Amino acid sequence: MKHGRESWYDDEAGPLVRPYTVTRGRTRSGHGLDLDMITLVVSNASGHTVVDPEYAQILRMCRYPLSIAEVSAKLGLPLAVIKILIADLIEDGLLIFRSPPSPLDTETPDMDILQAVLDGIRRL
Amino acid sequence: MASVGSDPRTEPGLGTSAVKVLIAGGFGVGKTTMVASVSEVAPLRTEERISDMGGKVDDLGGVEGKNTTTVALDFGRITINESLILYLFGTPGQERFWFMWDELSLGALGAVVLADTRRLDRCFAAVDYFERRQIPFVLAVNNFFGEQRYTVDEVRDAADLDSNVPIMQCDVRQRESSKVVLSTLLEHLMTMAAQR
Repeated sequence: MKHGRESWYDDEAGPLVRPYTVTRGRTRSGHGLDLDMITLVVSNASGHTVVDPEYAQILRMCRYPLSIAEVSAKLGLPLAVIKILIADLIEDGLLIFRSPPSPLDTETPDMDILQAVLDGIRRL
Repeated sequence: MASVGSDPRTEPGLGTSAVKVLIAGGFGVGKTTMVASVSEVAPLRTEERISDMGGKVDDLGGVEGKNTTTVALDFGRITINESLILYLFGTPGQERFWFMWDELSLGALGAVVLADTRRLDRCFAAVDYFERRQIPFVLAVNNFFGEQRYTVDEVRDAADLDSNVPIMQCDVRQRESSKVVLSTLLEHLMTMAAQR
């Protein structure tokens, strides 16, 4: 029983991992969007229907703003895969997104934001 | 959750923004416990695949033929107000995944380094990491293991902390204690920001 079950593919086939079948084999988004783990996305309800179940699931869960990390956690798909799917939906105008300000743009954090976060933590 | 965000159909854009704070420290020090104690949702887990060649990137091309590892990140969420969400990310405790910290720390407001005085040396690498990148942090000595072997001054000396870095005892199983740690971090961030 050296080879109990020969697979029909070998290592040269590359990663045959289900998450990447969801992206139709794409390993990066072609849209060039700058998406971060805490980029927020929300559905742009336009009545447009989406057939693919993963896309439809993302749109359903994003009726309220969610971070890309949350979408990844809730769907159980790796961040890199979720970024590709979300970029597709943004490109199709079905999701609106907001990335955090680039740290290069803002040398000092906004005092109002820090105060708001402090107030929010104290209210917990 | 229902308080977050108004109906997007009535909004010209997305009126909510997000910020993050990192919870760092050695493996098993209580990072996820701290996230859980203050998060409004049970801690979530997301996964990133990385190659052991040292590159997490979004580009998954070229993963063929390399060994890949999955790194799990636990995180929580606090809705600050209708236009701001705070995410708390526990950093991966295993040192070999530290290259992932670069994306994690990018844009972070600051960090909490948790220390366990039974294994104090495990927090040193995190302290070094944030010092070198000039990411503001506080050091919180977690006492949920019951014994307090060192005073905060002894810990400050052992970790060779700058005198302006806040340090405190805490028990991150307790929500109030975690709140004090986070409030101390935010006050420290505001002091730092005011000095610039």
